[in-house]
Amino acid sequence: MSSTDVLSPEPTPAAPKRREERDSVVIRFCGDSGDGMQLVGTQFTNVSASFGNDVSTLPDFPAEIRAPQGTLAGVSGFQLNFSSHDIFTPGDEVDTLVAMNPAALKTNLPDLKRGGTLIVNTDEFDKGNLQKAGYATSPLEDGDILSKYQIHKVAMTRLNRDAVSGLGLSMKDQDRSRNLFALGLVYWLYDRDRTPTEQWIQDKFKKKPDVVEANLRALRGGFNYGFSTESFTTHYAVPKAKLSSGEYRKITGNEAVAWGLAAAARLAGKSLFFGGYPITPASDILHTLSELKNFGIRTFQAEDEIAAMASVCGAAFAGEIAVTASSGPGICLKGEAMGLGVMTELPMIIVNVQRGGPSTGLPTKTEQSDLLLSFYGRNGDSPIPIVAASSPGDCFHLMIEAVRMAVDFMTPVVFLSDGYIANGSEPWSIPKFADLKPIEVKHPSGRPADAEGTADDFLPYLRNEKGARPWAIPGTPGLEHRIGGLEKADITGNVDYSANNHHKMVMNRINKVAGIANHIPLQTVEGPESGKLLIISWGGTFGAVRTAVQQSLKNGKSVAHAHLRYMNPFPKNLGEIVKRYEKVLIPELNAGQLSLLIRGKFLVDAQGLNKIQGKPFLVSEVVRKIDEMLES
Amino acid sequence: MTATLPVLTPKDFASDQEIRWCPRCGDYSILAQMKKVLPTLGIPKENFVFVSGIGCSSRFPYYVDTYGFHSIHGRAPAIATGIKTSRPDLQVWVITGDGDALSIGGNHLMHMLRRNVNLKVILFNNQIYGLTKGQYSPTSPVGVKTKSSPYGSVDNALSPLCYAIGSEATFVARAIDVDIKHLTMVLERAAQHQGTAFVEVYQDCNVFNHDAFLYATDKSVKGDHILYLEHGKPLTFGQTVKKGIRLNGATPEVVELGKGISEDDLLFHDEKSADPSLAFLLSRFKHPVFPEPLGIFRNVVAPVYDDQVNKQLEAEVAKKGQGDFDKLFHSGDTWIVE
Repeated sequence: MSSTDVLSPEPTPAAPKRREERDSVVIRFCGDSGDGMQLVGTQFTNVSASFGNDVSTLPDFPAEIRAPQGTLAGVSGFQLNFSSHDIFTPGDEVDTLVAMNPAALKTNLPDLKRGGTLIVNTDEFDKGNLQKAGYATSPLEDGDILSKYQIHKVAMTRLNRDAVSGLGLSMKDQDRSRNLFALGLVYWLYDRDRTPTEQWIQDKFKKKPDVVEANLRALRGGFNYGFSTESFTTHYAVPKAKLSSGEYRKITGNEAVAWGLAAAARLAGKSLFFGGYPITPASDILHTLSELKNFGIRTFQAEDEIAAMASVCGAAFAGEIAVTASSGPGICLKGEAMGLGVMTELPMIIVNVQRGGPSTGLPTKTEQSDLLLSFYGRNGDSPIPIVAASSPGDCFHLMIEAVRMAVDFMTPVVFLSDGYIANGSEPWSIPKFADLKPIEVKHPSGRPADAEGTADDFLPYLRNEKGARPWAIPGTPGLEHRIGGLEKADITGNVDYSANNHHKMVMNRINKVAGIANHIPLQTVEGPESGKLLIISWGGTFGAVRTAVQQSLKNGKSVAHAHLRYMNPFPKNLGEIVKRYEKVLIPELNAGQLSLLIRGKFLVDAQGLNKIQGKPFLVSEVVRKIDEMLES
Repeated sequence: MTATLPVLTPKDFASDQEIRWCPRCGDYSILAQMKKVLPTLGIPKENFVFVSGIGCSSRFPYYVDTYGFHSIHGRAPAIATGIKTSRPDLQVWVITGDGDALSIGGNHLMHMLRRNVNLKVILFNNQIYGLTKGQYSPTSPVGVKTKSSPYGSVDNALSPLCYAIGSEATFVARAIDVDIKHLTMVLERAAQHQGTAFVEVYQDCNVFNHDAFLYATDKSVKGDHILYLEHGKPLTFGQTVKKGIRLNGATPEVVELGKGISEDDLLFHDEKSADPSLAFLLSRFKHPVFPEPLGIFRNVVAPVYDDQVNKQLEAEVAKKGQGDFDKLFHSGDTWIVE
């Protein structure tokens, strides 16, 4: 394939190149939202994961599909951390920043580590683009920037056009492969194998041979550029990580939610009904499930969020594993039908992939600000169990537990994810399906059609030892009964507004959910069993907080970490745990929602570390707060 | 399926719940006719589900001894879609009212209809909010004085059937609570339809809107105010004088028969017409300018949503086999750590 090599058939380096080893590297690709940055980030992640690095990713893109070209609002980025040891976060500071235009440079440069590598596409630094980014003069001539970073000015657009010339592509189509030129260059810089990406290009565009050729040439062109040019003197290797043995794949949070749901339904011996409405960042759950028809999964794209939730109530009544997934604004609309789920005590799952709020808020950015909505966002005393996944891969296993909880206790369950978990990815140890624990589902059997007795001796609200009512499904002879949103009489389920019955039924529902604490794992703590400082975190902040705690422990600090996955009810030993430490810190991506609950429930003076910027915590932010609390 | 079904009677469909509609409410008649029709359909009792929203009519499921779901305001079509899509073996009825279906639930009604979910929908139209004690509804005529419109309502009224036809409904019918035989026939026809069967029933709220339909029920005048539709027959009506509907260009007009006008000059009803224009034209007939048609406006065959959904599932299983999770987990790039 020498014809596709660019600068020369057998490129020779201008100077001998050094190869150095690195323990862990953070790269960020950034450019215009049409520049294909998500694609190259994903390719780099796949190649690194397949190689055996631990990886963690953070895609960051604007809500607009194509914001005006070259503007600050239109910048799309993809950050990944790849490492030779266990990592939990996409990294605080960027080691290598690839900026495809001035706007991308401007919005991302503050995150580049001092002394870090900066690769810029100089061809896009023309007057117009500089102006759109708000630069009066070119930052590439700025002595301050030049002294702070190792800057590589690459005329990427021109070099790439040279690489793909002669294929008869329009200028626009030629420039489309520019992102792969950048990827090729970074592949060289980090000693990555190009082959999986070349294979991917060939599969993806197999119907367009000229596009395949252009992309291959671009990728190799970038690689060879790094190899040949004097600008790059060193390239780096990041050895394989020592993950536990087994087979791995990469998984995003949304994929893991979808697969967890599919697997849970099979484990329960049931089919899955998914009623949803498109919403960022939850839509990929609908997309993934809608492909799995041969797994017996029915997906219903409803007319709105309300109908999606209502259809789930109907499917649950009909005996399905019934699920909806949405994000904040959608969950608000679902609130009424979720209350119907509480009143009718039917099993169902409500996935909330949290994003910045209130209202439309920050559709593509992460936040943890729907915790109180999940607890209290319905009329009446309306208890719903809540679980929160801590990483992309965790979504799979926690979802199976959520479904088990829903059918065991006959209740809706809220499953909290967030934009960071949903779109982020990590290596996932592939389970064997046969090793997953089945979910037991019991439907009362009816009597033969010719049997004696009145239909009305079936008691739809007679509870078992867990407080759960029977799940009698339509089509069962003799168990015909009516449910609904009006208050039910205890045991019979008939409509009943009487004073004492209502009090009793509210308490029945509350006690049933509270009782789940006896059936979930006890809370574990990383670090000392008692001491100066306990950090309580939940959901997608796991990685940053755990890394911060590990660093602090290594530095001899007295700090412990309890990461919650079960939010309602809390694990039953949590109250006792919080009292074993002098201080409690609760870092959250909201204004203090878990803090309010922990303070209220356990009467402890918990302090918050609150970040509401649409971005995950940096490890350093948590470390700094730990130090501050231990010093004061 | 069992070879022989037990013989069911209306009594088998009576629940043990005390009926709490006002005395002489039109709902009683609809309930009675429903209980008459259900045993005749050849469907086991346990395979019926009644789903309702909120309002007086929506108490209906409590009074039939089948599976029932008295849900939330306006959402019955969506809940029923969830049931029917996942359980095509069930016959699912939706009971709703003018406020429930057309106001708070208007969106769900439209989408159920255009999808053609195999549901039977009965809309009790009494042109008033009864359960909340008498506010004007989306079908209340302009000028009506109610608790929330003491100076007369300025809201333009909506015809449920126009809405249904505009939403691509495949079965559209109208009946009156007091015309028992005709109501029974319409319910039977609705039950037999494959797809969404939408039936509007004029129902008297004798407390908050009594005699809103007197023009269509009073024996001394109703002959001039209603017109019974029969497939393949000319559109005729008349209390004493035989009248008919003739098209003048695209405009319908009322004509007297005789004096050179025969039935052959009239518009003939065709419920099976693929083009909904005739059904729509009929749905626009409003008292007192035109007689209001009763019967089946439209009854056409079209793909049924829940059938299509389930066929896709079957086709995928036939093509790829029952989904294998281990295969799914290993799809795409995987790697082994020793």
